[in-house]
Amino acid sequence: MRPEDILVPTPAGVCCKRGGFHIDPTRPVERALITHAHSDHARTGHGAVLATQETLDLMRLRYGENFAGSTQAVRYGESITLDGATVTFHPAGHVLGSAQIAVMANGLRVVASGDYKNVGDPTCAPFELVPCDVFITEATFGLPVFRHSDADAEIAKLLHSVALFAERAHLIGAYSLGKAQRVIALLRQAGYHAPVYLHGAMESITYYYANRGIALGELRPVRGTTKPELAGTVTLCPPSALKEVWTRRFPEPLTAFASGWMRVRARARQYGVELPLVISDHADWNGLTATIAATGAGEIWVTHGQEDALVHWCGTRGLKARPLDIVGYGDEEDGDGANDGGEEQ
Amino acid sequence: MNRFAELLDRLAYEPGRNNKLRLMTDYFRLTSDPERGWALAALTGSLTFTHAKAGLIRSLIAERTDPVLFELSYDYVGDLSETVALMWPTHFPSPLVGEGREGGSEDRGKASTNVRHLTTPTPNPSPQGGGELSLTTVIETLTTLGKAQLPQQLARWLDALDETGRWALIKLVTGGLRIGVSARLAKAAVAALADEDAQEIELIWPGLAPPYRELFAWLEGRTKKPASADPAPFRPPMLAHALDDADLQNLNASEFMAEWKWDGIRVQAVAGHHDNKHGGHLIGRLYSRTGEDISKSFPDLLDALRLPGAIDGELLIMRDRRVQSFNVLQQRLNRKTVTPKLLAEFPAHLRAYDLLANGDEDLRGVPFAERRARLEDFVARLGDQRVDLSPMVGFASWDALTAARKDPVAAGADAAAVEGVMLKRRDAPYLPGRPKGPWWKWKRDPFIIDAVLMYAQRGHGKRSSFYSDYTFGVWKNGEAGDELVPVGKAYFGFTDEELLQIDRFVRRNTTERFGPVREVVHDADQGLVLEVAFEGLQRSTRHKSGLAMRFPRINRLRWDKPPGEADRLERLETMIARIEQGQERAP
Repeated sequence: MRPEDILVPTPAGVCCKRGGFHIDPTRPVERALITHAHSDHARTGHGAVLATQETLDLMRLRYGENFAGSTQAVRYGESITLDGATVTFHPAGHVLGSAQIAVMANGLRVVASGDYKNVGDPTCAPFELVPCDVFITEATFGLPVFRHSDADAEIAKLLHSVALFAERAHLIGAYSLGKAQRVIALLRQAGYHAPVYLHGAMESITYYYANRGIALGELRPVRGTTKPELAGTVTLCPPSALKEVWTRRFPEPLTAFASGWMRVRARARQYGVELPLVISDHADWNGLTATIAATGAGEIWVTHGQEDALVHWCGTRGLKARPLDIVGYGDEEDGDGANDGGEEQ
Repeated sequence: MNRFAELLDRLAYEPGRNNKLRLMTDYFRLTSDPERGWALAALTGSLTFTHAKAGLIRSLIAERTDPVLFELSYDYVGDLSETVALMWPTHFPSPLVGEGREGGSEDRGKASTNVRHLTTPTPNPSPQGGGELSLTTVIETLTTLGKAQLPQQLARWLDALDETGRWALIKLVTGGLRIGVSARLAKAAVAALADEDAQEIELIWPGLAPPYRELFAWLEGRTKKPASADPAPFRPPMLAHALDDADLQNLNASEFMAEWKWDGIRVQAVAGHHDNKHGGHLIGRLYSRTGEDISKSFPDLLDALRLPGAIDGELLIMRDRRVQSFNVLQQRLNRKTVTPKLLAEFPAHLRAYDLLANGDEDLRGVPFAERRARLEDFVARLGDQRVDLSPMVGFASWDALTAARKDPVAAGADAAAVEGVMLKRRDAPYLPGRPKGPWWKWKRDPFIIDAVLMYAQRGHGKRSSFYSDYTFGVWKNGEAGDELVPVGKAYFGFTDEELLQIDRFVRRNTTERFGPVREVVHDADQGLVLEVAFEGLQRSTRHKSGLAMRFPRINRLRWDKPPGEADRLERLETMIARIEQGQERAP
């Protein structure tokens, strides 16, 4: 049996013909298994959706009640048989509810990892290594120049700036699902206890995280505040909001952006931010290569990002590897934060 | 080294002058000697070790990385130093990577635990097994290190640092930090430790050496101020207020003297005896208006300072006894290394305005008319053709002076190099700063054109959500009819209210986005016409239009004017041709 008999790449995403489902399909399908709720992976209009409870909740928050014909929640580790295949969901460490999906048939196991990171994150379950025969990996930061800093050190940099420029308002551009909540949780861990302010687009998801028991401390909407009261505060907003007229309500805003892209100066300059924070929810180069090696997979499929370098690396390690060329991933999230949420709100 | 690297990193992203100052002052306050002193030396360009070449950095990385991965990375990052800093291999445990790769399905049961413990990078090893690598160590080592040992030493340091540290180290060893901080700004940041003026630092600077322990000790109130041991010190200059025609009515012509305002750079040329008055050799220095020592760039002029004293004057380029335009001077200012060819093609000249000291005698308390007489005597005694007097402009009434200002050629000046006239009260002493009343600058009218707004870029801080930097263009013949060619950039001259209006226009008329830059609609019928004022024009190979403006600013918004009626490139070309011929300004 070949791995392609279990999962096969199609224009709509990876498809399991025996099980009659797609994983993270980019167009509407009968039956979809969703790794996580970022909109490039979780789309509306599918017949039936199988995902973790958090992913389903977050999709509902973003798309409304009728985002799919029917839904079914699955727990991490729970084994579900779909026609000729067995699937299990395992923590991916990417955002709340994110999962890798392992598909098994005839003793062969293929893992579609969606987006993942293998470093600690106070807002979601840690990445679980799932040994497999074929590992499907992302490659968002698949170049050896991407080695993310220790997130705590980046938060310390931010807090130093908040102390030094105490009369200014610090605006942190961060993706509204996952990154923003992680930054807040890290601020709390670092001993920052003042209220954290939220852009309107951040509110519902952040409150959802808080309701799931993640310690985010006191949260306040920016809405309804006056300029003087925002002096010396920290506000989370979608990256695109940093260039909007919305920022005029803040006293001398100092703009920061939390993203793995901030590692490269030219990229950071493109966004015009003063304080780049290298905090990413994706595995960096070391994380990708170590994870690939640790799964024990002999064959690696690379879905999106910098496929060339990662495929080349696999070759130097004697691993069979190929890019999947699925169009549509990495369009949202911090793959390109500039597209987040439209500009003139 | 880490702290210093963090500082450079923040400075590189921080666009605001005041914020840069605060970041540096904060660093100097929190960092101890001698580390901060070496940082100050690096920021002021006062380090003297031989710099490493880019080729060395490239060969170091080539020995350590896969060439395909390096090329892909370099291609993505676009900057060699940064690519090296980011992909420099650090000791990274990868027990499952490499030869003993475990097979797939057979071993499935073994490694079901979290992969995290396998991939957490170990902390960077310290240089000598303990303690963090300091900037002091780096600089002290570089100063004594032989060329042959450099590659190995550099590699050891790169092993010990993180991404930002490696980036900063490569900048330091290859020379040129290029983070938008001038020596002057760094000194101002040090001065702010004790609410002192940067000028005070400038005055004692020539007597100081890295790591500047006595400077910090004084600023922290632990010792007294280091003496200015300098035989040729800088003196804070006297500056003039701009005059408009209305002011003239309130001034009495007989109380003033007038001279040309030359379009060069204002300098102070100082010479003094080292050690003792008569035995020591003469030290000469040339300072910019802000007190930066620019002697190294003008060795040809330094030779001419053979009498002890201090001249306030204008640095110009003189060819065939004619003063060249500022454009010509700028070609010399832009060069980093001073070659014999440069000296021959762009001979420096000092045109003297004022005498601040004659030998040991301080003349600053003496009235201008008397200083002028002393200056004439001093320049005559110097007897060097590289130094001459700025001639006075005789006038009997304001009307006569108005006429001279309008037509400097008729009044005997090199029009290409005259920026206007200076009015100085006969009885005024030389006062540092910009006192109102004794000195007036009466500039010639600026050049004015109507240009079309093409691109707008967002500002920072108070202007962070405003599109406040504007690129504008004029019409020229293109392959498919008329097209706009960018001719300049301006980010001031408008009121807050006008800024709001332009910002609104930009947001509503965006045609494309490039990072923080927006392209706005600009065709013959739609777009915004800006009346742009500027002080001069020069040819430039770096600009598509072949021209560069001096001090362009937005004079007025021409909402009333269709873009099709804005100016054409030919008009600017006529202006520049006239400037080059030393003719009167274009209409």
